[in-house]
Amino acid sequence: MGELKGTETRIIEPSEQGFATTRFQDLLHWAQKYSLFMYPFVTACCGMEFMAVTSPRYDVSRFGAEAPRFSPRQADLLWVVGTISQRQAPILRRIWEQMAEPKWVMAFGTCASCGGFYDNYTTVPGLDKIIPCDVYIPGCPPRPEAVLDGLLLLQDKIARGDRTPAIVKPRTDPATSQDHGLVQLRKNRESMV
Amino acid sequence: MSQRVVEQVKKQFPGAVLESHSQHGDDTIVVDPSKWAEIAQFLKENPKTSMEMLTDLTAVDYPEREPRFEVVAHLYSLSKGHRLRMKARVGDSDGKHAEIPSVEPLWGSANWMERECYDMFGVIFKGHPDLRRILMYPEFEGHPLRKDYPANRTQPLIEYRDVPNIEKLPPFGTDEGMSFGRQTHQFMNDEE
Repeated sequence: MGELKGTETRIIEPSEQGFATTRFQDLLHWAQKYSLFMYPFVTACCGMEFMAVTSPRYDVSRFGAEAPRFSPRQADLLWVVGTISQRQAPILRRIWEQMAEPKWVMAFGTCASCGGFYDNYTTVPGLDKIIPCDVYIPGCPPRPEAVLDGLLLLQDKIARGDRTPAIVKPRTDPATSQDHGLVQLRKNRESMV
Repeated sequence: MSQRVVEQVKKQFPGAVLESHSQHGDDTIVVDPSKWAEIAQFLKENPKTSMEMLTDLTAVDYPEREPRFEVVAHLYSLSKGHRLRMKARVGDSDGKHAEIPSVEPLWGSANWMERECYDMFGVIFKGHPDLRRILMYPEFEGHPLRKDYPANRTQPLIEYRDVPNIEKLPPFGTDEGMSFGRQTHQFMNDEE
């Protein structure tokens, strides 16, 4: 499929036989980005949107991130959903420390990203003060589309093998890009009809 | 309607009711804090008042007043359907000696509300069985809802990460964000 980025990307037809070459790291990242076991650290009202994302209407399992694990030792992706109070900060840090590498962190909503409007004595002003964060999803709460967009950003990041703190890299538009797998797949189907 | 309740209290405890008023039908009595628990017991157990329910108990900080804190209890009679607001003024201007008898033996719901009131304002409820912080952590210093608690003072339990440029990650610098959250009151400047 088109996800395996190499010097050349081409869809292998079902009738075709043969082999594809890629780098091992690319293959590994491709596998990792579609098998994110998530640990939901849900503390506030953003949890409602998180439920919407995981339930069938928006269905995060389309992106290979549906399996929740309520032990941090079995999880790859820590969803920090909602406000983090100073009292919870040690708990969050400890859960993050218990997760095995490789691990990723998503800040779900404004409160987790920067404290939101809780500019006071009780709230941690953004989880990146405690643990490194990979993707920030803005919104109060974010719409499920925004969450899925954030998840796609994270998958892009995993595919690049990028472990730097959250800085959004420029993305190609899948509708116009020529080398994107999904678009190629659609073109291919059209050509078959 | 519950003006009769106010009259009952005034008759029972002459001199203990410092003032009373009725705003839009909400009757309020301001009582002597040393008689706080006795008046509460009378209001609960007297069949004419029978305040079975303690709806809320909190405090208000008036930093320019002496006594400084106003402890407020909202009472409701389930059987009679009337309400009464009871206040008592306690505390020196520096926030010390804010002591008032606990009403926890009368209403179990007072337990957590008095703990919250202690946590947020530092009002000591004498006779409370377990007067600990309830919202903030034990390591927390001071009482955050007092008006002289600095608006931007945080007390993190764990050290923030030591990474370069973290101030540029959210949440922004002290001059950015919501300025109204960090407003300083005039009396706080006077102390400095």
